[in-house]
Amino acid sequence: MNSLYYQKRLSRNIGDKFFTSLSVICALIAILPLIFLVTYILIKGGSQITPELFTLEPNPPGDDLDAGGINPALIGTLIITTIASIIAIPVGVGGGIYLAEYSKGGAFSRFIRFGVNVLAGVPSIIAGVFIYALIVSTKILFGSMYSGLAGGMALSILMLPTVIKTTDEGLKLVPNELRYASLGVGASMYTTILKVTLPSAFRSIATGIVLGIARAAGETAPLIFTALFSYYYITGFGDLFYEMGSLAVLIYNFALEPYDAQNKLAWAASFILVLSILSVNIFSRILAAFTEKTKRV
Amino acid sequence: MEEKLTLFKNRKRFGIEKNIDIIFKNTALVLSSFVAIILLGIILVVFFQSFESFSRYGLKFLVTSEWNPVKDEYGAFTAIYGTLVTSFLSLLITIPLGVGTAIFITEDFVPKVVREIIGSFVELLAAIPSVVLGLWAIFVMEPFFRAFFVFLHNFFGWIPLFSTEPTSRNSLLAILILVVMLLPIVTSIARDSLNQVPKKLRNAAYGIGASRWKTIFSVILPAALSGIMAGVLLALGRAMGETMAVTMIIGNSNAFSWSLLSPGYTISSMLANQFGEADGSQVSSLFYAAFVLMILSLVVNIFAQWLVKKFSLKY
Repeated sequence: MNSLYYQKRLSRNIGDKFFTSLSVICALIAILPLIFLVTYILIKGGSQITPELFTLEPNPPGDDLDAGGINPALIGTLIITTIASIIAIPVGVGGGIYLAEYSKGGAFSRFIRFGVNVLAGVPSIIAGVFIYALIVSTKILFGSMYSGLAGGMALSILMLPTVIKTTDEGLKLVPNELRYASLGVGASMYTTILKVTLPSAFRSIATGIVLGIARAAGETAPLIFTALFSYYYITGFGDLFYEMGSLAVLIYNFALEPYDAQNKLAWAASFILVLSILSVNIFSRILAAFTEKTKRV
Repeated sequence: MEEKLTLFKNRKRFGIEKNIDIIFKNTALVLSSFVAIILLGIILVVFFQSFESFSRYGLKFLVTSEWNPVKDEYGAFTAIYGTLVTSFLSLLITIPLGVGTAIFITEDFVPKVVREIIGSFVELLAAIPSVVLGLWAIFVMEPFFRAFFVFLHNFFGWIPLFSTEPTSRNSLLAILILVVMLLPIVTSIARDSLNQVPKKLRNAAYGIGASRWKTIFSVILPAALSGIMAGVLLALGRAMGETMAVTMIIGNSNAFSWSLLSPGYTISSMLANQFGEADGSQVSSLFYAAFVLMILSLVVNIFAQWLVKKFSLKY
């Protein structure tokens, strides 16, 4: 009779309780530092935000009166990520189109898909080393060594696998009926891809690409010896061929300075970087959830 | 006559379109092969740049720890050891935490909404740039753990791992910040693989009277093991290649020490520190170190992919 009821003292029930609390503890240990991290960055960095921050050049360290602003780094990050996107998006989308639409699962496409995964796992600093050897040390870009352009190229290597993967997977989700219908009314393959399959996969591909760009914007390792850093305003097109600052490298450089003013600037830059990356992530997540719901209906 | 003309025109247009079609296909083909070209390019460039150092020091480079640009003596043992120790020890801490959290998220201890919020929060944290984590480690984590490190040294100083006075930049801090970085990766992959275990397996286990944790340990975890393993390997690859956060907190000292409480080095932090101002045979030696790092992460990554392919279609 008793055995029909839940018995607290049974060894299996005690064991269950023990492991349940263990997993709760694991979750707490895992999540608490992460919550601290985010709130600390938002509070500490947010308190440093002033209008001058966005308009001034950073002052060279040592001058411990005022650190200045992060204007060149902010613009530099935008420029470098734009260069990376200009390279990685066409190549990645094109490659993804080939994998999803043309390849028939043969050796070549399997090798490329494997290569995409391997390239995604290459440490980001190796991309910097590669571009250093290929472009910076050879001065192949019109005699300039460290440049924003080289930094953009290094970042594009990191973006490429993400873009290919999202394009490939986004296109594979497009139902085959759409392709048959388009080809059946006499459209050629490229019209079908450009007018039918790509537009219907557009949202998922765009989401993936935007997430890839957001990730690249925070990458530091490939930039520290390709784009280097600069304290000065970016004034014109020619500055692409010279050292260029970025938020990520600014944080790295100024975090290691012994001066408080520079450290505060690093916190402010982190705030801006983290806030923009997180909002892009949250926004695309909401968008993805929204599309999923509308599709089901 | 009229009909023939339109047909002729149509055929002509069709010809152009056919050409565009072929061009389009081949462009896509070329673009997709860029991946292979870049990958091979990276391997070849890094290998050939390291050739000078490789032929001079050979495999001795891997086991000696002298790094002296003045005497032209190079050995990367400290950095290789540091890379392996920091990544493996951080994984050792991350695996139980991450898998435990993943179990917490996939079981129904708390309402689904709460679990989903925790899950997406953990995933969002994977998006935080590592340089920001490094900044946080320097100014928040280090002061927080200082007293704990002193305690470790005082009471466990007889273990070689804790045998030196704790410095403000040390390998243990690097391990801890790596744990923060890897947790989102391991947790989200473990959660996905736990979610993929078919529900009927769980129901069958419950049906024959297994308790919840008996089911988790004997049915669910073994079924999800390959996915979790692959996630762990991916995290290992990330840990070995991770540069910024580690460089900022590890102390960057080439003096070899068994103690985790003293400054250390990893291959990637060595590259980040020295590449900008190196010249001559130092550059070649740095490329050699980069090559070692690349081989390490390639092996781990390829093994992870093989594991996924081999075991993913089990259910």
